[in-house]
Amino acid sequence: MSVPQLSVSAFLRASLKRQLLLAYRRPADTLNPLLFFLLVVTLFPLGIGPEPAQLAEFAPGILWIVALLASLMAAEGMFRQDYEDGSLEQLLLSPQPLYLASLTYTAAHWLVTGLPLTLLSPLFATMLQLPVAALPVLILSMLLGTAVLSLVGSIGAALTVSLKRGGMLISLIIVPLYIPVLIFAAGAVRFAAEGFDPAPQLLLLAGMLSLAVALAPFAISAGLRISVDAG
Amino acid sequence: MWTWFHKLGSPPWMYRISGRILAILLPLTVLMLAVGAVWGLLYAPMDFKQGNSFRIIYFHVPASVVALAGYYVMAIAGAVSLIWRMKMAEVAMKCAAPVGAALTFLSLLSGAIWGKPTWGTYWVWDARITSMLILFFLYLGVMALYQAYENKEAAGKACAVLSLVGMVNIPIIYKSVDWWYSLHQPATIKFTEESAMHSSMLQPLLLMILAFYCLFTCALLLNMRSELLRRGAGTGWVRSLVGAH
Amino acid sequence: MSSAQPAAASALVTVRELGLERGGRLLLDNLDLDIAGHELVLIEGPNGSGKTTLLRSLAGLSRLGLTGSITRHCDELLYLGHRAGIKQLLTPRENLAWACRSQGWDAGAIDSALERVGLSGRADVFCQHLSAGQQRRVNLARLYLSFDAGRENALWLLDEPFTAIDRDGVAALAATMAEQVARGGAVVLTSHQDLPLDIPLRRLVLGGGA
Repeated sequence: MSVPQLSVSAFLRASLKRQLLLAYRRPADTLNPLLFFLLVVTLFPLGIGPEPAQLAEFAPGILWIVALLASLMAAEGMFRQDYEDGSLEQLLLSPQPLYLASLTYTAAHWLVTGLPLTLLSPLFATMLQLPVAALPVLILSMLLGTAVLSLVGSIGAALTVSLKRGGMLISLIIVPLYIPVLIFAAGAVRFAAEGFDPAPQLLLLAGMLSLAVALAPFAISAGLRISVDAG
Repeated sequence: MWTWFHKLGSPPWMYRISGRILAILLPLTVLMLAVGAVWGLLYAPMDFKQGNSFRIIYFHVPASVVALAGYYVMAIAGAVSLIWRMKMAEVAMKCAAPVGAALTFLSLLSGAIWGKPTWGTYWVWDARITSMLILFFLYLGVMALYQAYENKEAAGKACAVLSLVGMVNIPIIYKSVDWWYSLHQPATIKFTEESAMHSSMLQPLLLMILAFYCLFTCALLLNMRSELLRRGAGTGWVRSLVGAH
Repeated sequence: MSSAQPAAASALVTVRELGLERGGRLLLDNLDLDIAGHELVLIEGPNGSGKTTLLRSLAGLSRLGLTGSITRHCDELLYLGHRAGIKQLLTPRENLAWACRSQGWDAGAIDSALERVGLSGRADVFCQHLSAGQQRRVNLARLYLSFDAGRENALWLLDEPFTAIDRDGVAALAATMAEQVARGGAVVLTSHQDLPLDIPLRRLVLGGGA
């Protein structure tokens, strides 16, 4: 029997390129979470008052809660189109490893949501009076933390994509799993703002990211198989 | 070994055996709960700092411990159902969720009742209570996901995956909440010091924990029996069971 | 369930004691089936008799409510289902390039595949601007790509491949299937239309929904 010769790395590059091309052709999906981020950041000074000292104190928590919600919002639609148009079926039938394919989905999702959030976060942090000294730590925590959020969010998206009312449900099942990221990432930024060493929290975030990269694709693949079967 | 495994997968066998187990375990559980409650509430010495209000730990702590263990039971049953495609494990997983959620709720409720005389407020963002609240959400998530799927076989698989993800996350969640609490904790009373408890207080607590484990098992088995009947409605063994009575 | 045959040495897919339950109804019961190369199998039966589910099970997409075993021994598996599997925001050429990449087909065959489904002139238009029939044909181009890849032991699972295809298209498609079968592949399909083919056809009649 002649087993087809397939290059896995070429497949992964093509998969990533395809996801990014689709995101580029549907820019609203990328821009909406960012606008949402900006909008909710604006709500906080209006809700709790404009005093710089108070805002600065709450800034790490606010930034991270809003990033979490923006990421959640983006996660919901991750597999929706591919599920509805049958691309997921074809992906499952492809001889390529689903584990790696789901990683590229997540990577693409992070590149169009997590990364822009990270890049814009200094702007929002400044609006919330976060001390400039904490900005590098904020960016680093965003880089690591939003990647974990994307991986965990993909699990929720994979498990709920075949459900008609998946939107509310994905929040319910995913938000509790986001909590450690929120705690350590916001904690790191807070430490940095108060002049302490945030290295332990950042290392913990990096550890969570490695764990998520290793394990989440199994759950995502299993979720996709169940969803395609149930649909 | 394999015959045992196969028997475990057979609903009529499971129904019969669980009935026999319950006949013994249920009275035993009631007895232990009664003895533990009387011992803890009436005879154990009073806490010199908190007075009599501390006695609610005889419900709060066992409920918390078993609620957490219940999640692991659910997740492991889910793993077994995924790996060996064992229907009974899926039934166990599905039935463990509401029992665990109920215990988590009991833990939160007793914590709130305890909070009022201790801190003067019903809700405190203490590390353990916060962790229990998150655990409650994890249970609700599994139950909501199960409800959302129309195809119950798919629901079982999806929930098994979700509960396994939750199981990996629980230690991380607990550690992160502990760290978060130590970061924000104002210097108030710390009462999570069971290890320093006097043995006369500890013994009834251990009995109550054991009783709650048995309670969990009983509730799980009862729930599974009703689920087995529901799923088996119309099949031979349920008909003959109904006919026999 | 009819036309069970003894296990052939070159079976591309082997089904043993297959039972299928959907929505509390038993659609298949104890089905044994071997599909070998050179076979064209038409799955027939009324709506709701489990034709699509059986095809999806053969593809490995459907496992819910299934008992028994399905083993595939094919090097190439092509499944064309109700869902087109094409992206509205990609052009037919881009869609097929992705299909080639994920299946390991030769991307050089895309142009001829598009020509054969009559879409050469629309190769670089976003699929969302194509009609429903044209989108179906983009999906069908996969079949030609698989054909051109020319792998041995290829198993094609086609769910209503003739829907929304004009008569010439149907004839061309049927001819390709015949050729595929002639050179050793197996084709399993469902169809409400009669096949314009004069090669031996194996019929598998599902009656669960009747």
